[in-house]
Amino acid sequence: MSDLNRTPLESAHEALGARLVPFAGWYMPVQYSSIIEEHKAVREKVGIFDISHMGQFLVSGANAEAWLNKMLSNDISKLAPGQGQYTIMLNQSGGVIDDLIAYRTDENDYFLVVNASMIGEDLAWLQQHADPEVSLINASEEWAGMAIQGPLSADAFAKVCPDETLPPRNGIATTSSGAIVCRTGYTGEDGFEFFCPAADGISYWEKFIEAGTAPCGLGARDTLRLEVGYPLNGNDLAPDRTPIEAGLGFFCKLDKGEFMGREVLAAQKENGPEVKLTAIQYTSKGPPPRAHYPVLAEDDSVIGELASGALSPSLMTGIGMAYLPVAHSKIGTKVQIDVRGRKFPAEVVKKPFYKK
Amino acid sequence: MNVPTDLRYCPSHEWLRIEGDIVTVGISDHAQDELTDVVFVELPEVGRAVDAGDPAAVVESVKAASDIYAPIGGEIIEANPDVESDPSLVNTDPYGKGWIFKVKAKNIEDASSLMDAAAYEAHIS
Repeated sequence: MSDLNRTPLESAHEALGARLVPFAGWYMPVQYSSIIEEHKAVREKVGIFDISHMGQFLVSGANAEAWLNKMLSNDISKLAPGQGQYTIMLNQSGGVIDDLIAYRTDENDYFLVVNASMIGEDLAWLQQHADPEVSLINASEEWAGMAIQGPLSADAFAKVCPDETLPPRNGIATTSSGAIVCRTGYTGEDGFEFFCPAADGISYWEKFIEAGTAPCGLGARDTLRLEVGYPLNGNDLAPDRTPIEAGLGFFCKLDKGEFMGREVLAAQKENGPEVKLTAIQYTSKGPPPRAHYPVLAEDDSVIGELASGALSPSLMTGIGMAYLPVAHSKIGTKVQIDVRGRKFPAEVVKKPFYKK
Repeated sequence: MNVPTDLRYCPSHEWLRIEGDIVTVGISDHAQDELTDVVFVELPEVGRAVDAGDPAAVVESVKAASDIYAPIGGEIIEANPDVESDPSLVNTDPYGKGWIFKVKAKNIEDASSLMDAAAYEAHIS
């Protein structure tokens, strides 16, 4: 395990009895007590996740807005200082390199939060297309990160940071002690992501735990995000899949001017994609669907495979997402999931799987 | 971790309760603790002939599916419908209501080569 990156919060996880596993090049907690209990804590109260593995880039300069608008799919010029947006980094053929959240922290300053497994690739891609007038700094190693998620997350924030105000949804703020607070998350619940200098990580983690947040691992993070239909890069997003196919067209502003991959997206939008990332739910009891299980049409022909799958702890039924031919992606279409050679009936449903 | 002394154990964490030539099979307390949250149990077909080491059932947690192997050769004579309807019994009562299937052993003497509780405790420590 010596070649794995270590989170600054590792000793806190060990003290809580977490199971740590290799994930995206990091040694991270997958669960503490029970994935189902952790999942429910976030849906009903509040949980805390270590997200120190995620990457943070600082982008600045007078030309930063124009450059980011060329490198990312959403329209960053719409952001006022203090606001953020979900956006996608595309390759030349319109495929997904990474999905991320970009915040404007000041007129010419931006804070990007990227996936752990993609820090190196994202950075290489951005540097390859660098603008000499734009500064790009990888600050990933300087920060500890935690995501506090759930209906009681604002209460936990008020207890730990009594003199601070949470930014509005998708907003970003800096506390008087220098921590960065982003009102976002990956669970479908109200919540925020909290980044502080790595050395302060354990102290804040313990304060949030004392404030009543339940420690939650990557296992619950995955079931929570899947229930609300959020894609996971590497599973649901890939360099040979476009955001149009992934159902993320809303985050691609084709009318904002030139950007990487734009022509491919425009053509696909015009002609309609051949496949769509489709939400599928069991119509009866069955084993948990998992990534790579084949998806079959009613006539038993193979039409795709699951990109993600899980037993939904909130719905207590199997859910998953798969790239399926458009003809099979209409809501209500009957499909089957092949689990070890046995076929389980399912149907195409509307995202999100879980609604409040 | 609870390791009852009246049972035999496999390295792959199945336990065996031997009554005559009938062997009841489940997974150990250690195994259920490692798996956590059992959410699905796929039972073997009654009447199926198995050799020792054949995958016979599947126990699934939220994160992973694990094969449960037949610890001894013979015929599956019963599968526990209660763990199919309530998989969490495997977590809450692994040596009791959480049993998974029963095998009528071809050669019950084969079970004597499996670990006793002391050996299994050493195996998991």
